[in-house]
Order: sequence, then structure tokens, then C-alpha cells
Amino acid sequence: MIELQNVGISMGDFSLSGISFRIEAGQYAVLMGRTGRGKTTILEAVCGLRHVRSGRILLSDYDVTDLPPGERGIGYVPQDLALFPTLTVAEHLAFALRIRKYPQKLVDERVGEMAELLSITALLQRRILGLSGGESQRVALGRALSFHPPVLLLDEPLSALDETTRGEMYDLLRRIRERTGVTTLHVTHSNEEAKALGDRVLRLEDGKIL
Amino acid sequence: MNEPSTQPAVTSSRPVRKRYPDWGFFLLLGLIGGSYVLLVVVMLAADLFYTEPSYFFESLSRPEIKYAVKLTLVSCTIAAILSLWVATPLGYLLSRFRFPGRWLVDTLIDIPVVLPPLVLGLSLLILFHIEIGGWQLERWLRDDVGIPVTYRIPAVILAQFSVAAAFAIRTMRVTFDQINPRAEDVARTLGCSRSQAFLQIALPQSSRGMMAAFTIAWARSLGEFGPILVFAGATRMRTEVLSTTVFLELSIGNLEASVAISLVMVAMAMLVLIVLRMLGTEMRS
Repeated sequence: MIELQNVGISMGDFSLSGISFRIEAGQYAVLMGRTGRGKTTILEAVCGLRHVRSGRILLSDYDVTDLPPGERGIGYVPQDLALFPTLTVAEHLAFALRIRKYPQKLVDERVGEMAELLSITALLQRRILGLSGGESQRVALGRALSFHPPVLLLDEPLSALDETTRGEMYDLLRRIRERTGVTTLHVTHSNEEAKALGDRVLRLEDGKIL
Repeated sequence: MNEPSTQPAVTSSRPVRKRYPDWGFFLLLGLIGGSYVLLVVVMLAADLFYTEPSYFFESLSRPEIKYAVKLTLVSCTIAAILSLWVATPLGYLLSRFRFPGRWLVDTLIDIPVVLPPLVLGLSLLILFHIEIGGWQLERWLRDDVGIPVTYRIPAVILAQFSVAAAFAIRTMRVTFDQINPRAEDVARTLGCSRSQAFLQIALPQSSRGMMAAFTIAWARSLGEFGPILVFAGATRMRTEVLSTTVFLELSIGNLEASVAISLVMVAMAMLVLIVLRMLGTEMRS
């Protein structure tokens, strides 16, 4: 469950205020709006990467407004993916688990499981340099989902992909949802993506959620 | 498309103007850029022609020169390590965070770069010898800590470090500017604290920059002369490094020896640069 209550965010000249919405557990919500209207800013605020001026953010009915990003239990895939250039694909999938000091056996099991779900088993030992757009996208998804977060935030995850890869990613995102039941907030400006994936659509217009 | 009947004003078959061949452009770039490369080459060649191999080996066999070579290698390496030690956190802070007084820090760092070297040495000398209520830094370090600084080896290293660090900090700052901060943000959502994100994500990506910062700090230390002369003196078998050797030999009219030592410095600098570059290439692969 993701809930924003009257959230206000300022960054330089740009500000948003009175942002409120609630996404029920297991729902796949799509947040739409034109470029530069603050969709990414809202995602960053939910993650804890951007300071919230007013209001509250709740995840699974728990107030996380003042929690650091790492304690919120959010899988986040930013628009530019921000993969780690010095790590292999397997190390990406293991990263969050290593930070949580999981035993090696569990880490290996989980990496294998994620690689299978995302069809990237053959890439595990590769570094991220030279991966295709679709492959990079899968690695970023795997990294975000590896530690069983209850919430997944996707920032325009399919905008840079070609038609065929996008089709594959639709299937993959549906499969992930079936398998994990993760509550998802997906930011996009594509109506097609909203129709293909979303249970519900939130629209950000004139600084308000409709 | 609006007026299908009219002819387009410019057709693709007609060149806009006469094309000049590209070799002219490259020739011009080569001539302008090459003039500087030529200057470096002819300077070194002149040094080489001026001296003879016998001067070279005779200089290198003298114990005080051997000592200076050793002290130069050790002091430059320590100064470069200290510079990198300071430059990495400061470069990261300046690159990633907006904090009160950031512009002031940014300006202060450049002062050792723009300050005349002699003034820097003088400032160090004054800092260590100024009396503050009967307390003096140099006396405290010498009597209580047991490390005398002025006119000793620590003064050589401190003089080298004070300038080299400024260059290392600039290099590390640019390095972190070029590393995507989003990766550290994502690492934080995955459970990292800020320090874990720095150590596990930003730092490994900065290895090439660290190598460059170390190299530039080492090279600056090698060339440092003014502050060493003022703060550490130029005592043979004690605080003499190769840059001071060149000065000492020159001051007693031994031009051949000073040229020979200069060439030793050139050879050392090139060797270090080549080794560090090779190490850098290896780390990348």
C-alpha cells in the first residue's frame, strides 16, 4: 500500500503541494502527466531521496515520511536505470541482500531465482557495459526486486525500448506482479503502457492528482 | 509539402560552396599543436646534447645525489598518498553536497595553486614558529611529540603536500562530478547508508580518477622547490631533494651536473607516469 497525504515538495523554483492518493496493496497504478510536471519528483519523495516539505507518506500503513531511503523497503528503478558500472549482473542482484548480510547460500539461491524470472541467467557473470537496453532494464528490475520489497517504483521504464522489447517487458512486468504481488507505481506518459499494465491511472495535471 | 508545384530553392545535387579538403584542417591542427610538442622535445634534446653520459653517471654516483634521489622518491610518494587521502573525501563533499560556506572552501583550496611558492613556504615557516600565548607549534611538535619539522624531512613532505593536495582535490572533484549520483541514490534505496553508498558504489568508480590525482600530486611534489627551500632548507644529506640539487649545483656554477640531475628528474617523472598509466590500464581491464 502506498499513500500520500497532502504532500508538498519544493525544489528550487519548482514546487508541488497538496498531493494525495492511495494505492492499495497489490495494485498496479500508473502515474501519467506531461514531461516536467513533477512525476519523478513524487517518486523520489516516496523513495526518501527528496525532502518532503509537508504532509505524510505511508507505506503498508506505516508512516515513513522521516525514514531514510534504505529503511522504506522500496524497489526503485530510475529512468536512467543507474546500474553500477563496477559490478557484474549477479552482483547487482545480490547487492541489497549483501547489505542486509544474508548468508551466502540464500544470496546464491535468490540470485538464481531472480535471474530465472527475468531470463538473464546467461548474463550473470557479465558486467553491465555492453548490455542491451532490454537486458539493462531486466537487471535494474532484478536489483530492485531482489530483497522482496512490498513496493516497486518504476520511472518511465519502457520509454527507451524498441517495440518488440517493450512487448516482452509488458509480459515480464505482468509475470512479476503475478509472482510477487508487489504494489507498483509506474510513471509514464504513454497511454499504451497505462492501458497494457495499469489497474488504475493517476493523472498529474496542474500540480494536482486527478 | 504545402506548395508541391514550386521547385525547392536548394537541390541536393548542388554543393553550397566549394569544398576544401580535410587534410588542410588536420595540417593546421597539427602545426599549431605540434609547435608545443616540438618545444618540449627540443628542450630535452638540448639538455641531452649539453651533458655527457660521464657527467650523468658521475653525478649519480655521488652519495649526496643518491640521498637526494632516495628522499625525492620517498617524500613525493608520501606527499601524493597524503594528498589523495585528503582529496577523496573533500572532492566528494564538494561534488555532491551544497553546504554553508561551500564557495569559501572552494576558493580556499585554490589559494596554494595561485600563491607564489616562496610565499607558501614563508607562510608554513611562520605558522610553525608563531608564538601563541607562549605556545609554539614547532616547539610542541619537537619537544612533546618528538617530531621536529622545520628544516627536516617532515618539512619537505609538508611543503610538497600543501601544493600537491590542491591539484589532487581538483582532480577528485571532477572525477566525482562525472560519476552519476543516481547510482548512489539507488544504492541507498537498496539499504545502503550514505557511507556504504560512497564506499561500495562511488569509490570503486573513481579508481581512474584516484590514479590521476595520485599521479598529478606526485608530479607536482617532484617539481616543488620554492616552499621546500624556505621551509625545509637545502641541507645536503638532510633535506636535499632533486629540485634543490639542481639549484645547489647551479649556485656553485656546476651547470653540467645540474643539467644531468634535471635529466634524472625527467627520467624519473616519465617512469612514474608510465608505470601509473600501465597500472590504470590494468585496473580498467
